[in-house]
Amino acid sequence: MKPAMKRSNAPIFWGLFGAGGMLAALFGPVLVFVTGIAVPLGIILPADAMSWSHMHAFAQHWAGKGLLFVVVALFMWHAMHRIYHSLHDLGVHAASATRFACYGLAVLATLLAAGALLAVGF
Amino acid sequence: MSESHRNGKVIRIEVLRYRPEQDEEPFLQAYEVPFSDDMSVLQGLQYIKDWLDGTLSFRWSCRMAICGSCGMMIDGEPRLACKTFLRDFPAGAVRVEALAHFPVERDLVIRMDDFLAKLESIKPWIIPKEQRSIAQGEYLQTPAQLDVYEQFSSCINCLLCYAACPQYGLNPDFVGPGIMALLHRYNADSRDGAAAERMEIAGSEAGVFNCTAVGYCSEVCPKHVDPANAVNQNKTRAAGDYFLRLARPKGGAK
Ligand code: SF4
Ligand code: FES
Repeated sequence: MKPAMKRSNAPIFWGLFGAGGMLAALFGPVLVFVTGIAVPLGIILPADAMSWSHMHAFAQHWAGKGLLFVVVALFMWHAMHRIYHSLHDLGVHAASATRFACYGLAVLATLLAAGALLAVGF
Repeated sequence: MSESHRNGKVIRIEVLRYRPEQDEEPFLQAYEVPFSDDMSVLQGLQYIKDWLDGTLSFRWSCRMAICGSCGMMIDGEPRLACKTFLRDFPAGAVRVEALAHFPVERDLVIRMDDFLAKLESIKPWIIPKEQRSIAQGEYLQTPAQLDVYEQFSSCINCLLCYAACPQYGLNPDFVGPGIMALLHRYNADSRDGAAAERMEIAGSEAGVFNCTAVGYCSEVCPKHVDPANAVNQNKTRAAGDYFLRLARPKGGAK
């Protein structure tokens, strides 16, 4: 064991991973149900619940914007952290390369989501 | 040997042998061992050493799951040889190998230098918050304060959790489950004042964040220490330290 211990920066990624996991558990199944089953089949919710105008209005409202942003960004951080560690488990240890690729994608998704939501306007 | 093994039962014990001075690589050697229902795998190995093959090497001492010396892979699972019984292998054969993830010294004996160095590094003793003189009397503790860490103090350093941990297998720098359980045992003790110092190890690159929450360590632990729980609690604490350290006065990680 090395005498001088370097503090790990993992809490940042672990925190985002944890937050994304919590959110995925809370919203994931409901989102699959709403977007994949209820709306397309017109059960419980009206078939036009996800029409362009409805979703556009949703994305323009500050609360809708916030929700879309955290769902997209944190789900992505959660998934990428999991994939990064799974690659390690499978024997892909190009640590800095896989880390860069995984977390880089998460950064990209976060920026794209933020950019798109801002572009939609208020 | 007791006369009970005259009941005619025989089990085939396959041992992964390795004697560095004469073997190029490890190989399996099988022994036919007469046994009775009260015999442990350890007793089976002792029978081999006493009656069949004196060159077989393995560690043991207490024979009662206290000393932590007899950890080995038994049919692929990390277990204590003295706590595992030959009667539980009805197929009539059992395979015994040195603990996974450790360098083999000889036969079933592994080198534990890595573990011992880590153990020393966490200062596994109580470093009192405030020194008391003899006249001031004992360091008192309530039953509730004892409850917080007691389970973690049951660790016998058997290393089964290390053989169970895939992350330790991939990266031996990881402090690992058993050491985290012991680190937590002292940090959670109301009489101790050195938690901040030990958290430097828990929060380091060799620390808790190497864990991917597999949980097999706690499953194989023969003393119900639940090392995975210690790792998890310290992930939260290390993350807290990480984000709060800027907001705190220096050295105030209480
Ligand atoms: S935590 Fe359990 S399995 Fe790990 S070394 Fe201690 S007693 Fe053995
Ligand atoms: S011989 Fe002591 S734990 Fe098995």
